[in-house]
Amino acid sequence: MSNQQKLVQSFSSALAIAQEQVQDLLAYNSIPEWDSTAHMILIAELEGQFDVMLDTDDIIDMSSVGKAKEILTKHGVSFE
Amino acid sequence: MDEEMKQYMDDMAVFEEKYEELLESPVYHFLQPEKERILLPLLSILHKHHSFRSQAYRLVDKLFKWDDSKALCNYPYLAVRLFKEFELKSISDDQVYKVLHSSGTTGQSSKIYLDKETAQLQTKVLTRILQHWLGKSRRPMLLIDSPHTVKKTGGMTARAAGLQGLSFFGRSHTYALDANMNLDIDKVSNFFEQFKGQSVLLFGFTFMVWHSFIQQLQKHNIYFELQDSILIHGGGWKKLQKASVSHQTFKQQIQTQLGDVRVHDYYGMVEQTGTIYMECEQGFFHCPVWSDIAIRNPVDLSFLPFQQVGLIQLTSVLARSYPGHCILTEDLGYIVGEDDCSCGLKGKYFKVSGRVPNAEVRGCSDTFS
Repeated sequence: MSNQQKLVQSFSSALAIAQEQVQDLLAYNSIPEWDSTAHMILIAELEGQFDVMLDTDDIIDMSSVGKAKEILTKHGVSFE
Repeated sequence: MDEEMKQYMDDMAVFEEKYEELLESPVYHFLQPEKERILLPLLSILHKHHSFRSQAYRLVDKLFKWDDSKALCNYPYLAVRLFKEFELKSISDDQVYKVLHSSGTTGQSSKIYLDKETAQLQTKVLTRILQHWLGKSRRPMLLIDSPHTVKKTGGMTARAAGLQGLSFFGRSHTYALDANMNLDIDKVSNFFEQFKGQSVLLFGFTFMVWHSFIQQLQKHNIYFELQDSILIHGGGWKKLQKASVSHQTFKQQIQTQLGDVRVHDYYGMVEQTGTIYMECEQGFFHCPVWSDIAIRNPVDLSFLPFQQVGLIQLTSVLARSYPGHCILTEDLGYIVGEDDCSCGLKGKYFKVSGRVPNAEVRGCSDTFS
């Protein structure tokens, strides 16, 4: 599975939304499903899926799907 | 009107710019005079903003005979009681993103209206404050509460907001109490076993930490040997005072049951969520860069000098969607000093000594009795 697919799956399962909804521009708090509780589930999911340790700055900065990619890239995950 | 609007927009643009800078400032670094120099222009714009946006605040401003001299604590201040009786907000109804409630069981609770921006600011600032004490990495986290506390629907209580805000600092979140608020000893033992030897984070409301956690461990003769761990608690001492539990006993008993745990109390309230006042190792609460404290005489509301107990007044430049930038609390306390705490942090530091007699029962941890 590509990292892009993994990312879409993580978002879809953590936020309980359809995979088609997972677009780069989808933003934190823009849909009821992505609230602060779901955000922590998402973080745990991404950490497990990509085997990374995210810090508190990463959590605050992860304001959209696109931003999540940026942060994961910083942690060595490639989305080529 | 157009002229007024233009002036307002210009002011807010200046505000945004300075604000960005302030948010990145070190939390406890500035000496008091420098801090006031930074905060005053922001507070002045915030005052104009609320006067412009909130009819209620505008009225208060008109009625308030305030001393327009350049001091942080001279701006018109609202008694926290007003947030219970009135819908105070500086945003339109469709901008309301979240309403926070104080969790009082008796009487009315405060309603604090947040727009997205203010809610984000609160999270950001809470994170900045806690990063000072915890660093940026997240620890395995034990929450001394029930998972049901955050799941309740309807407006969010201060307790739920606290749990959510703090959970950003944890991983592998584990709730120590079950739905009936009883300690789940197996779950807690498994948690400590799983993360043996690691620094863990514990968080809960003061009374629950004592009553539902530490006293239960004591009763069942259960001891753990944590290492380099941290417990953060808040919500007030009132119930512990009644039970004659001193700060010292509290800390000692925690360390007896749990081992090597640093204990930090914090002071804060729903009217200024996000801005918490953390207790340093000397046992004093410290003002972060975004806020300031003053003490007023409960009888005539004049300012009291350091060391004298009176009503706590708090100023914060974070309250944007509601006029809570200057509030008069129902808590009593005193300022210990400024810029010279032996822990090394700058700005004012203080102690909280209790609540005003006859103040309505209220407070984060008081819902559980």
